[in-house]
Amino acid sequence: MKAFLILEDGTVFTGTSIGSARDMISEIVFNTSMTGYLEVLTDPSYAGQAVVMTYPLIGNYGITPDMESHKAWPDGYIVRELSRIPSNFRCEGTIQDFLKEQDIPGIAGIDTRALTRILREKGTMNGMITTNQAFNLEEILPLLKTYRVGDVVSKVTCREKEVLPGDGKKVALLDLGAKRNIAKSLNERGCEVTIYPAHTTADEIISTNPDGIMLSNGPGDPAECVSIIEEIRKLYQTNIPIFAICLGHQLMALATGASTHKLKYGHRGGNHPVKDLKTGRVYISSQNHGYVVDGRRMDASVAVPAFVNVNDGTNEGLEYVGKNIFTVQFHPEACPGPQDSGYLFDRFMNMMEGSNNA
Amino acid sequence: MPRDISIKKVLVIGSGPIVIGQAAEFDYAGTQACRSLKEENLEVVLLNSNPATIMTDKDIADRVYIEPLTLEVVEQLIQKEQPDSILPTLGGQAGLNLAMELEESGFLKEHHVRLIGTTSETIKKAEDRLEFKAAMEKIGEPVAASLVVESVEDGLAFANKIGYPVVLRPAYTLGGSGGGIAHDSRQLMEILENGLRLSRVGQVLVERCIAGWKEIEYEVMRDGNGNCITVCNMENIDPVGVHTGDSIVVAPSQTLGDKEYQMLRTSALKIIDELKITGGCNVQYALHPESFEYCVIEVNPRVSRSSALASKATGYPIAKVAAKIALGYTLDEIKNAITHKTYASFEPMLDYCVVKIPRLPFDKFISAKRTLTTQMKATGEVMSICDNFEGALMKAIRSLEQHVDCLLSYDFSKLTEDELTEQLEIVDDMRIWRIAEALRRKISYGLIHEKTKIDPWFIDKLAILVEMEHALQTEELTPELLKEAKRMEFPDDVIARLTGRGEREIHDMRHANGITAAYKMVDTCAAEFAAETPYYYSVFGSENEAVKTTNRKKVLVLGSGPIRIGQGIEFDFCSVHCTWAFAKEGYETIIVNNNPETVSTDFDIADKLYFEPLTPEDVESIVDLEKPDGAVVQFGGQTAIKLTESLMKMGVPIWGTSAENVDKAEDRELFDEILEECQIPRPLGGTVFTADEAKEVAARLGYPVLVRPSYVLGGQGMQIAINDHDIDEFIGIINRIAQDHPILVDKYLNGKEIEVDAVCDGEDILIPGIMEHIERAGIHSGDSISVYPAQSLTKAAKEKIAEYTKRLAKSLHVVGLINIQFIVCGEADVYVIEVNPRSSRTVPYISKVTGIPIVPLAAQVIMGNKIRELGYTPGLQKEADYFAVKMPVFSFEKIRGADISLGPEMKSTGECLGIASTFDEALYKAFIGAGIRLPRFKNMIMTVRDEDKEEAVEIGRRFEKIGYRIFATRGTAEALKAGGVKAITVRKIEQESPNLLDLILGHEIDLVIDTPAQGAEHSRDGFIIRRNAIETGVNVLTAMDTAQALITSLENTDIQKLTLIDIATIE
Repeated sequence: MKAFLILEDGTVFTGTSIGSARDMISEIVFNTSMTGYLEVLTDPSYAGQAVVMTYPLIGNYGITPDMESHKAWPDGYIVRELSRIPSNFRCEGTIQDFLKEQDIPGIAGIDTRALTRILREKGTMNGMITTNQAFNLEEILPLLKTYRVGDVVSKVTCREKEVLPGDGKKVALLDLGAKRNIAKSLNERGCEVTIYPAHTTADEIISTNPDGIMLSNGPGDPAECVSIIEEIRKLYQTNIPIFAICLGHQLMALATGASTHKLKYGHRGGNHPVKDLKTGRVYISSQNHGYVVDGRRMDASVAVPAFVNVNDGTNEGLEYVGKNIFTVQFHPEACPGPQDSGYLFDRFMNMMEGSNNA
Repeated sequence: MPRDISIKKVLVIGSGPIVIGQAAEFDYAGTQACRSLKEENLEVVLLNSNPATIMTDKDIADRVYIEPLTLEVVEQLIQKEQPDSILPTLGGQAGLNLAMELEESGFLKEHHVRLIGTTSETIKKAEDRLEFKAAMEKIGEPVAASLVVESVEDGLAFANKIGYPVVLRPAYTLGGSGGGIAHDSRQLMEILENGLRLSRVGQVLVERCIAGWKEIEYEVMRDGNGNCITVCNMENIDPVGVHTGDSIVVAPSQTLGDKEYQMLRTSALKIIDELKITGGCNVQYALHPESFEYCVIEVNPRVSRSSALASKATGYPIAKVAAKIALGYTLDEIKNAITHKTYASFEPMLDYCVVKIPRLPFDKFISAKRTLTTQMKATGEVMSICDNFEGALMKAIRSLEQHVDCLLSYDFSKLTEDELTEQLEIVDDMRIWRIAEALRRKISYGLIHEKTKIDPWFIDKLAILVEMEHALQTEELTPELLKEAKRMEFPDDVIARLTGRGEREIHDMRHANGITAAYKMVDTCAAEFAAETPYYYSVFGSENEAVKTTNRKKVLVLGSGPIRIGQGIEFDFCSVHCTWAFAKEGYETIIVNNNPETVSTDFDIADKLYFEPLTPEDVESIVDLEKPDGAVVQFGGQTAIKLTESLMKMGVPIWGTSAENVDKAEDRELFDEILEECQIPRPLGGTVFTADEAKEVAARLGYPVLVRPSYVLGGQGMQIAINDHDIDEFIGIINRIAQDHPILVDKYLNGKEIEVDAVCDGEDILIPGIMEHIERAGIHSGDSISVYPAQSLTKAAKEKIAEYTKRLAKSLHVVGLINIQFIVCGEADVYVIEVNPRSSRTVPYISKVTGIPIVPLAAQVIMGNKIRELGYTPGLQKEADYFAVKMPVFSFEKIRGADISLGPEMKSTGECLGIASTFDEALYKAFIGAGIRLPRFKNMIMTVRDEDKEEAVEIGRRFEKIGYRIFATRGTAEALKAGGVKAITVRKIEQESPNLLDLILGHEIDLVIDTPAQGAEHSRDGFIIRRNAIETGVNVLTAMDTAQALITSLENTDIQKLTLIDIATIE
């Protein structure tokens, strides 16, 4: 079946429908990872977005047990080519079936590089995937221009508290749309991880007396998460060690007086160099964010930049002054992507050790 | 970290002559590194014995020494030039080994020279099997169960313990020389014995066989600050068991999930960090196809063939960055030369698929085993880029120039299903074609996978291509079907064949339906950042990104494709210099080539690089877009010349000698007319199509005669026939491939072979020098030792040669280069045997030894300038003050079963140079440069044919005089004794032990002189003697002239201290 991708600027790509045949409108973003399409599909941070994979051959190893959450989140999926057969010893099914089961509309067979170039030049924009051959551009374009997503964190966070048992440190993980490997990375280090829904109050978390608090990644515009920011400000005021990733990093910054802004087309992929400003070491990181903290406008008495993006100089991490808090924009939990910054979980472990001894 | 300012003068060691396992990739890496060092205003001293390289050009380094790569030479060079540093990791294994020897001997410390980049401790840790194993164990990285042995007995005992099959890998050898898989104790003994001998340190690793696992490679960089990145990973379609140089390789990996990808990536970074590499490094893995189990196969602590491939596949200039790291820079300080926005501390993201296919030399070595093993056999490779795997594979296939253009090109349709199934287990260069046939017969993926161990994902891709063949054969050719076939890169002529239409018809149907090639950019970042480097590949059915045109005049330079015997790195030298010359005059330059190992495919050589197959259709698509003002074909070897006619049809003017005149030189009858007109004699001959016609001509001329196809390079298919039987055989071989052109039969003349390269501007001609071959006519010029200036020509002969060259060049209206081969009999009887109105193998050599830059000159002339205006006096130039000897280098030990005897068909893979102020020293340098370091045991064997016995006596006497014991077969021994030379008669090999073979295998023989009886009936004995000698590391000479030269060189033992010559000073 034919499918069409219509962009806000009027560009139309014609391809083949994959997954669900229903219409969808969403913000179109691109990801440059060459492997890890399943992790991307199941990353809750993609809620409210349709993802273009710049690598042209997708689905080569099918669906494996490597899901980062219980379902697929993107509004839509855009690829150059889906593999006809999957091949991997852990393969449990094809990506074609998975997209259908998950009711994700998608389009294949389009020039994804040309699309990426448009997004790079003009910035992230909205788009529609439709299988309706008789679509009317004049009706659709205004819809695309006005389309906004809202409150996506509420959609992706868990409904109920969940505990991953462990006999080490007790960590409270605030699920803003957390990838599984965050909890797993802590759990593997012996932590008992309690996962809280995003709208849990600070008091509830503090009352359990955790050794540390982890703020997860998540989707959407951070500035919209007004009530969560309020609660995070209360967490900041405690002396509990806090480690935050991505959206968690942005919310902590907003809670302490910083601002965020939207990047032209975001950082999504597994090749972004980030520099640890203390050591000068550069690590290749996994990234997925459209917004960024205005690092230079941060009050230096509150927090100082800890990591910076080597390519564009944007802020990639903050160290909070006089606090046991550090936060990063990138994804040390990887999945997909490089595991180079996994050591940050160890650093968090050390922080929790230190705070107990104190 | 800023650059280390204590580094001021750097010695770069190249990799020496091209041999299998160490080829053009090191010229690419070395050239890039030198340019990178010069960018920093450092003084660069270059040492490489290979004159055909770009790196040995005075444009590339400040001081250039084309001298043998031996310890003595480097020591002397360090004393002379006093560099403060050596960059050892860019010249392949040869350069690395030399640097290590210098370090170990304490010489470097004594002379205050340090190794920059990766340290000697690191190199040792990575290269020494035991230390490497210990290092891997320390960081918990798995290696296959293995043991380093120094004797066959220990190897046998260990293999019995871990079970067969076992893999054998000699330490410190090139391209896995002497390695292999042993399935039983007999094979083990055979391979191990050979491997122990070839290893520099007498060590061989015996290890658990992981054949059939996935083979995955990572290219990794690390700087002095500990920052690590991976440039890319690559997956071998051929599972473990085939040397990666002989495997079809795809980048990035296709069948690994993120878990596997990151697991191995993390491992590679852990390894490079533990080894403390500073620069580039290659890590090879075996990954179990059905679990996460993996083993580290090997680490190369240097730039390698794989890193050249990775550079071209991603656009990340590994050698350049490695050189900067060696100077102290960190990755985040080095700009990404492609985007100019990002830095070297990032990982390239591909949004396309890259396929590499090796170019194997079985068309040259018909008797050789085609089986692929852990011993590399490929002489070169091709790479292609497309947005789908099928297309990349199809493009790579037709780039090979081996008469293959699709999966139907080798015919296995006559095999029964049982035979075919059985043959799926054969691992050779035709494997994917056999799988395609199996897929046509509907043999299941499961069975094919079981037999080949190739991942089903790749099998499915081959199936998609086979299904497309079928659709084209059976369905109506709709625009949709055509579009899909083109998306998979089926060439028009294949579509035409399959649909029963004409190629032009398909071409027109494409254009009528808007199905034309579009070009995408290789930008390192999957379009995330705007890139400025015009490095393109074609796709069908997508948007075109290639930016159109400047208002400058545009020249299209056609490259020479994969390195093969007969068409090597020298043509890349010519293409690159031509490009530079045009750029200098303000032209916009466009290069088309498909060889990832070369300098010409580096993205900053031309204004635009199209990484594409060199077929008429692929070139036409580029021409349609770029509309060049002209094309230059005379520098890209036969590959480019073959495109002349097509380019003219496309309306592209051929700059330089016209196609019509190129034809005149190749077409026998037209050429005869020209010779007659110029009054130049040639050996008598005729043109034929059949064996019967050939026999008629031969009868008229009298045997021996030379038989060869026209329009070939490197004497492919050329043979000397001494009787009718030979004619039948040779014509049969030539006609196995349909010939568009007639076969030439010429009288064979026994004289001196002379070669000349010249530049002609249409009126005047400039001859930089006359080269003389040491071997008589009958041995291919590329396999002959070539001497400049010619040693034995009379003044009259020289004058005649210059005059004939002038007449020929003018008569053929040559504009640019011309290469002529002559035979000189007696005092001054000069015959022309071959004329090539184009660049030749000897162009880089003669340019360097005379100091006359003939490629830029030829390019100038092509642009319309005149020799006189360029400051040169026409005619034969004054002889240089130096003697130069170009010595062929062979890779026979890599090719099991290849006959090594020299003849009219070229067999050498590379060359080295000896240059000195006396002929004897130049010759001596050339021999040691080629690795012939005698005497050792002072034992030799002679077995010569009857015609050579007289000369054998003289040669024997001279060897005897310098202390050699001569063993000889009965006939030769009798002749020697009759001539007063002491000779020990040995039994022939079919006779009881101890016989000739035992003597060879006894490892105490320096040299075998074996001249094979002429004709096709190779004596089986001779073949076995030569093969065994080669495989035991004994030097074998098959021509009396070479033996004469060698003994002359050995007699000059007074050459103790060599004089080193900086060729950058030759004017």
